[in-house]
Amino acid sequence: MTASLAVTDPVLHDFAEDVGAADPVAVAGGRTRWAVGGALADDARILAAPTGIVAYAAPEMTVQVRAGTTVAELDAALASHGQRTALPDRGGTVGGAIAVGENAVETLGRGRLRDAVLQVRYVSAEGELVTGGGPVVKNVTGYNLPKLMTGSLGTLGLIAEVILRTNPIPAARQWLVASEVDPMAVADAVHAPGAVLFDGTSTWVLLEGHAPDLAAETAALGSVGSFAEADGPPTLPPHRWSLTPAAAAAFPDGRFVASIGVGTVWADTPQPARPADTGAAAIAARMKHNFDPTGRLNPGRQAGA
Amino acid sequence: MRLLDRLTRRGAAVVDPLVADLRAALAPERVRMDGAERALMAKDASVFGGGVAGPTCFPTSTAEVQAIMRVAARHDSPIVPRGAGTGLAGGAIPLGAPVVVSLQKMNRILEIDEANRIAWVEPGLINLDLSRHLHPHGWHFAPDPSSQSVCTLGGNVANNSGGPHCLAYGVTDAHIVALEVVLPDGEAVMLGGLDAEPAGLDLRGAFVGGEGTLGITTRIAVRLTRNPPAVRTLLLSFSSVRAAAQTVSDIIAAGIVPAALEVMDQRITVAVENFVSAGYPTDAAAVLLAEIEGLEAGVDIDAARIDEIGRANGATDVRRAGSDAERELLWKGRKTAFGAIAQLAPDYYLHDTVVPRSALADVLEEVYEIADRHDVVVMNVFHAGDGNLHPLLLFDAREEGTLERVHAAGAEILRASLAAGGVLSGEHGIGVEKQRFMGELFSDADLEHQNRLRRAFDPLCRANPGKVLPEGHSCADIQQLRAVPTGVWG
Ligand SMILES: Cc1cc2nc3c(=O)[nH]c(=O)nc-3n(C[C@H](O)[C@H](O)[C@H](O)COP(=O)(O)OP(=O)(O)OC[C@H]3O[C@@H](n4cnc5c(N)ncnc54)[C@H](O)[C@@H]3O)c2cc1C
Repeated sequence: MTASLAVTDPVLHDFAEDVGAADPVAVAGGRTRWAVGGALADDARILAAPTGIVAYAAPEMTVQVRAGTTVAELDAALASHGQRTALPDRGGTVGGAIAVGENAVETLGRGRLRDAVLQVRYVSAEGELVTGGGPVVKNVTGYNLPKLMTGSLGTLGLIAEVILRTNPIPAARQWLVASEVDPMAVADAVHAPGAVLFDGTSTWVLLEGHAPDLAAETAALGSVGSFAEADGPPTLPPHRWSLTPAAAAAFPDGRFVASIGVGTVWADTPQPARPADTGAAAIAARMKHNFDPTGRLNPGRQAGA
Repeated sequence: MRLLDRLTRRGAAVVDPLVADLRAALAPERVRMDGAERALMAKDASVFGGGVAGPTCFPTSTAEVQAIMRVAARHDSPIVPRGAGTGLAGGAIPLGAPVVVSLQKMNRILEIDEANRIAWVEPGLINLDLSRHLHPHGWHFAPDPSSQSVCTLGGNVANNSGGPHCLAYGVTDAHIVALEVVLPDGEAVMLGGLDAEPAGLDLRGAFVGGEGTLGITTRIAVRLTRNPPAVRTLLLSFSSVRAAAQTVSDIIAAGIVPAALEVMDQRITVAVENFVSAGYPTDAAAVLLAEIEGLEAGVDIDAARIDEIGRANGATDVRRAGSDAERELLWKGRKTAFGAIAQLAPDYYLHDTVVPRSALADVLEEVYEIADRHDVVVMNVFHAGDGNLHPLLLFDAREEGTLERVHAAGAEILRASLAAGGVLSGEHGIGVEKQRFMGELFSDADLEHQNRLRRAFDPLCRANPGKVLPEGHSCADIQQLRAVPTGVWG
């Protein structure tokens, strides 16, 4: 009578069978973030996750998609219904984006990636298909496995399929840029920017919303500085730093682009290792042990390494 | 007060070693074992009874919470954290006479850090007190449960609470940046962080919604949300619940995400109107309260669209709040709905399920049928934009057999929601209320993995035992606790 979350998709079952229950194994997506979290052990078998959009319910603002689908393909399908997700497109796959857990440049407008994952299906270390979360936009039924899997680099389970929350693409969008303005003042002048980026000299701001609101916000920005229209965000340096919003706004030197109000900084050099809270590290170690006692999932990788 | 003191002192003469150690660790007056206190702690706001509280502790610092945890661990005693006790799933009900840790006295705002857009608060802080404090500075805390004038931030974190304005802003989880947590072994850990993408596993995300079974949160960094420059509030009247539900679906499908979309059926509207005279129409079969927040021009565009969509679905009247006072009155009506019930019946069971928005109208129809079949009066007031239903089943517990009928109807409503592709709970959690239904949604493997998450925080299953996971999927050494407390259906 009731509809459980039982997995009936034969494609996912085949994937689980490929993963099996024995040897070291990893999933490769677009390899756009292959180095994050350390080098994969040499002996790991490398698989690709299944692909395809399974169900797209635009009026529900949810999409069910297999992990190997590219973010670009998903974006195109959603855009045809005027929607988008929080996933950044870096040429990779949906599963890869979620496993890495990095937000889009436009986090302020699109939301955080972690908040977009409503349901996750993954293959466990025992080769079983597991479902966490649920198919609806609001849910506190049990423990939050989707949050745990997001950003876990596939070290707790190999992501096979997800249900994501989608959002409407705003009616109007415009990037503006100005030099010699205080980026904090820019962030304060705009009610809900899609992004505010600062490279030490210039400040870019993405306005999103109804067209008349954009006009009003552009006018308001006039009191902060002299803004010109821009085609998009600046080119981002390759390395990603995670800082507090306050620290990001005062990033010291070198070529960089800081996301104001968020704390991400793209820079020429990698971020030095961050000291982990020892207590949290102990919980993480127990988590890894509980989910993958023999360490066969994505061996060599560690979330946060 | 005198009486309580005396009882406490008399108790002290026969104190068991656990209580003696707790009193030595805290201060004698902040460890209570008297009958009145224990009776108070045995229940929460749910209809489930049967809890038996051990000693109740009132810590004032993280160090004291750690001390309590260590004493409890030494005595192999379970603990249960408790905020305001407004939970509706029995999450704070003490099973197995645990040490009750009330966070009531830890209720300070520690720091407002505007540069990082967060505030550090203690878990016993009342939700509304935080937003009231922030408001003059241009900020607020977005999650606003209807119980916000009494419930605590720690309870909100543990239950991952929602509220009317979570439609656009997201539930509690999206607003928690970092947490200090005391684990059942007494260790204090920091989960998450103020930086953009904290390193490592998202343990903060795993902790939120853990219903007190993963440890006790002692400090919370909450995200600050800007106060909106413009707000429009609309009240739409309909001659059927179906038309109101359809309007909700159509608004979302049109690409509008209002701050709130709340539906009240006629029965509850009449009760509310009698209670607070908020100006709700008592002749409409259902009313839809829609609120849009943002910039001036956009909110008018969206309000006009909602008006249009409502009328296309047969809205008989569309009213716009003309002033802040009128707007506040409309919200007062919505938020005191549960209080209004008290005039109608001595008891109510407030249900909480989620269905896909497109299934709202069909499931609601089933809800009315189910209630009729079990001869129970049902009223509906719910977060329609999220598909989050809250059927309210009215009853008089003194009448023989009514509670059983209520629970039978409740179980059928759950199953109808699952059959429509929904889930067991949208914001109240599982607690002791819905454990036995977990297996109807999740497979054994799914539940086993939830248990793995749980055990990484609490390997010995000492935190709030007997909650969330059904028998057979939780820690084996506390099986004796899972005897269903009296008053729980079964
Ligand atoms: C009239 C009414 C209206 C309501 N409306 C809503 C609503 O709109 N949305 C909604 O989501 N809920 C609503 N609720 C339910 C309830 O108010 C929320 O779940 C609230 O978050 C509970 O907070 P509390 O402080 O009362 O927690 P309690 O009931 O004391 O505890 C709830 C759970 O949290 C745990 N806990 C408490 N503090 C901590 C801590 N510091 N660390 C770890 N665990 C802890 C407890 O062990 C328990 O499992 C409503 C309740 C009532 C009575």
